[in-house]
Amino acid sequence: MTRTPQEYDDIPGTFVFDAERSRQGYGINMFCMSLMKEENRRAFKADEAAYLQRFQLTAEQRDAILKRDYNRMLQLGGNIYFTAKLGATDGHSFQHLAAVMTGSSQEDYAKMMLAGGRSVEGNRSKSGKSKGVGGMRKSSQKAKPTAKRK
Amino acid sequence: MARIIAGVGSSHVPAIGAALDLGKTKEPYWKRVFSGFEKSKEWMANTKPDVAIVVYNDHASAFSVDIIPTFALGCAAEFPPADEGWGPRPVPVLKGHPELAAHIAQSVILDEFDLTIVNKMEVDHGLTVPMNLLFGQPKDAWPCPVIPLAVNVVMYPPPTGHRCFVLGKAIRKAVESYPEDLRVVIFGTGGLSHQISGPRAGLINSKWDKAFLDNLSKDPKKLTRIPHLEYMREAGAEGIEMVMWLIMRGALDDRVEEVYRFYTVPASNTAVGHIILENKRKGTAARKRAVAGRTRQAAMRKRAPRISS
Repeated sequence: MTRTPQEYDDIPGTFVFDAERSRQGYGINMFCMSLMKEENRRAFKADEAAYLQRFQLTAEQRDAILKRDYNRMLQLGGNIYFTAKLGATDGHSFQHLAAVMTGSSQEDYAKMMLAGGRSVEGNRSKSGKSKGVGGMRKSSQKAKPTAKRK
Repeated sequence: MARIIAGVGSSHVPAIGAALDLGKTKEPYWKRVFSGFEKSKEWMANTKPDVAIVVYNDHASAFSVDIIPTFALGCAAEFPPADEGWGPRPVPVLKGHPELAAHIAQSVILDEFDLTIVNKMEVDHGLTVPMNLLFGQPKDAWPCPVIPLAVNVVMYPPPTGHRCFVLGKAIRKAVESYPEDLRVVIFGTGGLSHQISGPRAGLINSKWDKAFLDNLSKDPKKLTRIPHLEYMREAGAEGIEMVMWLIMRGALDDRVEEVYRFYTVPASNTAVGHIILENKRKGTAARKRAVAGRTRQAAMRKRAPRISS
């Protein structure tokens, strides 16, 4: 299945949750939504693979959930407000998830936020077409880390 | 008649709610955030609105991915706080204003805004955090009823900034055609810049945020032309929720008085922005101009019945 190319695919390190991903990721998001109930959280923790049988998921999606590959979940149609419920079920703070998605330690991520967050400079565009671009690495999904506070 | 007297813009970061609920407001990290709302609470206590319309978004609490309404107006008599996975926030149930809400729904739908009507809905931090920031932490009851307007900003595309702005205008028209004398404050919530998903998470763009606040105050029409791509690129994938502030702004006079502003980075993963805009109190001369303006507007409406900016 091919995705219709979109202008916003040019934003580095970003998976925009659009109508197509919403359709594709329905199973992931409804699974995550189910974790708002304590009984479901317990059932999931008792046997993760068995619990996931209740939802329509592709093998890839199931694998991403079991491996807690949060970026992959987003890429396969998960939405962050939903996948955050899986993180919470694991007992993680949101900042932990954010750190995991950015490939940094929670401590480094927290430091970056305190220092004013990730700068937009160099993080606007993969192709370099957008104004004021500092040149993102082309194929990599990795975004540049922090900038100094102004 | 009812009228909108002021607009409030405020971030609705969930961690702010958690800090309130866990009694962390005195910790230095959080004190920096909460100190910015002390004056606002005073302002709200003096303003004493009869009703608050709160534009916010649901975060996978009331709406899953089964149904994704673009604009959903809460017409219920009450709205309980949602359980977002840690039990409902310890805040009072929000009382609605079903009569005014139904009146708004009827008016704006006939003005060609296809709202979804919600008669049963739980509300999450998107609504309750700004309520706390402006009204404090009442134990038993909120000081005024609330009409929630939930906007889809979770699935792309959200409504455009322009659409939000003109919906604000339609809401104002609806409020002003309500017979009871009610003083209404409208909230726009969410933002400011933040991205919480993917490898680019943590993005903050203070320069962009400040320009947004400046224009919100002085030149909101400029903001209505910002394309979604720019919000996402400049203010982060989740920063796109700032379009909700334009509903609030559209409901105010073209010229407003900025009575307060606050900005700090970060609260958790987000830039916190806050603004209070008042419709100017009209003196005699201003009232004359306003009447002339209304007559002019009425004439224009006759020519073109649709609401446009």
